[in-house]
Amino acid sequence: MAALAAAGKKVKTFVIDGKDVSGTEDQTIIEVCRENNIEIPTLCYLDGLTEIGACRLCLVEVRGSNKLLPACVTKVQDNMEVVTSSDKLKNYRVKILELLFSERNHICSVCVSNGICELQNLAQRLGMTHVHYPYLFPKLEVDASHERFVLDNNRCILCTRCVRVCDEIEGAHTWDIMGRGIESMVITDLNKPWGESESCTSCGKCVAVCPTGALVEKYKNAVDKSFSYKKDKLKFLPYLTTMREVKNEQS
Amino acid sequence: MLIEELLEYAEKLRDRDKPGKHAIKVCSAAGCLSLKSDAVAEELKKKITEAGLEEECWVKPVGCLGLCSKGPLVTVDTDGKVYQEVKPTDAGRIIARAAEGVSKETDPFFTRQQKIVLENSGQVDPEKIQDYILRDGYLALNEVLELTPQEVIDEVTLSGLRGRGGAGYPTGLKWNTVAKTGNVGKYVICNADEGDPGAFMDRSVLEGDPHRVLEGMAIAAFAVGATEGFVYVRAEYPLAIKRLKNAIKQAERAGVLGKNIFGTTFSFAVEIRIGAGAFVCGEETALIASIEGRRGQPRPRPPYPAQVGLWGSPTLINNVETFANIAPIMRHGGEWYAAIGTEKSKGTKVFALAGKINNTGLIEVPMGTKLRDVIYDIGGGIPDGKKFKAVQTGGPSGGCIPEQFLDHPIDYESLGALGSIMGSGGMIIMDETSCMVDVAKYFLDFTKDESCGKCVPCRVGTVQLYSILDRITKGEGTMEDLDELDDLCDLVKNTSLCGLGQAAPNPVLSTIQYFRDEYVAHIIEKRCPAGVCKIHKGERKQKEEVMA
Ligand SMILES: Cc1cc2nc3c(=O)[nH]c(=O)nc-3n(C[C@H](O)[C@H](O)[C@H](O)COP(=O)(O)O)c2cc1C
Ligand code: SF4
Repeated sequence: MAALAAAGKKVKTFVIDGKDVSGTEDQTIIEVCRENNIEIPTLCYLDGLTEIGACRLCLVEVRGSNKLLPACVTKVQDNMEVVTSSDKLKNYRVKILELLFSERNHICSVCVSNGICELQNLAQRLGMTHVHYPYLFPKLEVDASHERFVLDNNRCILCTRCVRVCDEIEGAHTWDIMGRGIESMVITDLNKPWGESESCTSCGKCVAVCPTGALVEKYKNAVDKSFSYKKDKLKFLPYLTTMREVKNEQS
Repeated sequence: MLIEELLEYAEKLRDRDKPGKHAIKVCSAAGCLSLKSDAVAEELKKKITEAGLEEECWVKPVGCLGLCSKGPLVTVDTDGKVYQEVKPTDAGRIIARAAEGVSKETDPFFTRQQKIVLENSGQVDPEKIQDYILRDGYLALNEVLELTPQEVIDEVTLSGLRGRGGAGYPTGLKWNTVAKTGNVGKYVICNADEGDPGAFMDRSVLEGDPHRVLEGMAIAAFAVGATEGFVYVRAEYPLAIKRLKNAIKQAERAGVLGKNIFGTTFSFAVEIRIGAGAFVCGEETALIASIEGRRGQPRPRPPYPAQVGLWGSPTLINNVETFANIAPIMRHGGEWYAAIGTEKSKGTKVFALAGKINNTGLIEVPMGTKLRDVIYDIGGGIPDGKKFKAVQTGGPSGGCIPEQFLDHPIDYESLGALGSIMGSGGMIIMDETSCMVDVAKYFLDFTKDESCGKCVPCRVGTVQLYSILDRITKGEGTMEDLDELDDLCDLVKNTSLCGLGQAAPNPVLSTIQYFRDEYVAHIIEKRCPAGVCKIHKGERKQKEEVMA
């Protein structure tokens, strides 16, 4: 940050959860929170991809604003007072997670990502004990036509990380969203089977960024000793950030 | 062209058509057209020729005359009367009356209104620019070009005009923000997406008086420093699109749009973009994404389009009716406009009356008019001697207002305080045969289908809300469901990304607030007081017995 400040960016000082913090003018609340070890739950946010403010888990209270603001897209300002974990926010976050669990068929015990799933982890961390909305149990397709990867729509939470990483980092734009509302679905190449996609380079970036078990590599699962998702993911994230910094410098 | 030349040009065009002395105006808006007003017009023309009265009368197609439920509508300029439910066989009688010119309109539907936005609608032929010009059209634009942009903005600010697209944001303030941001490549967008079920104010304005909207946009462009504009219309409005296209072409030919307007250095070009009819594409950031060729989904604001809009440039986006108010404000002055309406809601508002009311159609009244006057005087009350139950304003984002508040004035603040919103002007009247739980379910069915699916609370929350309401209307609800509705509404309202999700709970919350007894009757007595919901008591009992 000090280096950035030196590069002519204005430094803003403000308060998060009673703690005095500072950041540069182009930073978002979430970036400053992460620098200061203040935890804010997120699902659609991924450092290195364009923020979209869609999952609503990172909503925070900002004094003087009558609306809750998504920390991932809200830029820091001088003297702002941010609250990241009031009872109200915690309550909303758990309910949003419950809605996600009720939406599709998340059956952790038979999921290849059991144990390394960001949705499951968040549910545990935020103290979700049960889902009190009726399960919608939609009938959804699994696309296993790709030779190395599988798309299981039952486990997709529509965070669109795959869409963004494929478009913004790989430059292939294989993924997109089709339909609207509860009928929304991720698709490859104008809804052709993934295996027949002409734009897909089989780079696997979408699989690396998927927070759940919706996009996985075939013949691998979380309990496999040779399994390396977790490690791979940790390796992949700094790569994303670097890519974005390169892109920003170019533009 | 200078203004004198423009007037000359318009007169030449008018004379070329060789109009007779009296215009017999036949409504050619979508509503009357569907009731075959074109056949009436043909018959009128035939009769005039037969009688050799070409110098006396002529037939003129005009925009919406308002009383859509009683179409086809015809009016004659010598006599203020609006003839209702006209059949081709009435042609002879109307022609005879045109020459006499006696009667006066007394129907309160027409006399209680005050028309600013719709003043030309039903008067001008929307397909002829000369008609518009000869009624002071483009006069305001000509005058504006002699002012500074700041003077124009100040006049709009003084008028107190607020956005007619729903939220009521002060128009002058928005123009000011766009004017102050950056200085090149700005855009002006006219929002004609009009997705509320039952609303057709914007469609009527575009169909009946398209030049009015173009003039408003051009004035706005001058004020904020834009040179390009778009009108975003839904594909379901083919007639509006056709007339708008025609109007743009005529305006360019007359030199009031395009390069060097009125011989000045100011240029402004307008293009049409056609939307595929998604409700959410009326939301400004989704609309911009749609124009850019991306998926029509909202994004978090700030930054507002005034700062970062179309293709990243500062963009002014206003509703059709907002733009239609601009020319009269500039012609008569902001002070004139500010004298109409209430303290915080100035001017007039167009409403589309629909539902259980005698006079369905389009009306324009000063802000502050009482709901009761609109429903009983102008609307003619409830048909078949039924009892009024509620009026729904604001469409899927609004609420239901019961009898005891009918004496409240119509303005942004009052409607908001009653748990509803002004919205874009849809007004649906319900009588005792409407079930309020069913009404809430209807709107949630709409919002859940129209949710774009981007954010979780709206995408999943509206479906869960709908399923609870569905349960209740089937007699399978519990009292816990009522608490759950409250709780889930609170979540969806406070955590959704855009206005669609944030306002989706309004129909549920307002019906629970004012008609809780109807919910309870469905749940406890397994009975729909209005007799709308089919609750099979027998079946349910059987089910319970099997479960036990
Ligand atoms: C779900 C949704 C739908 C909307 N639909 C429309 C619409 O059909 N027409 C419109 O003018 N504004 C609509 N709006 C409001 C626009 O976002 C925007 O506020 C408006 O066009 C601004 O114009 P105004 O200031 O003249 O009202 C909608 C907003 C939301 C959240
Ligand atoms: S509130 Fe609804 S319509 Fe708006 S962004 Fe969220 S899902 Fe889309």
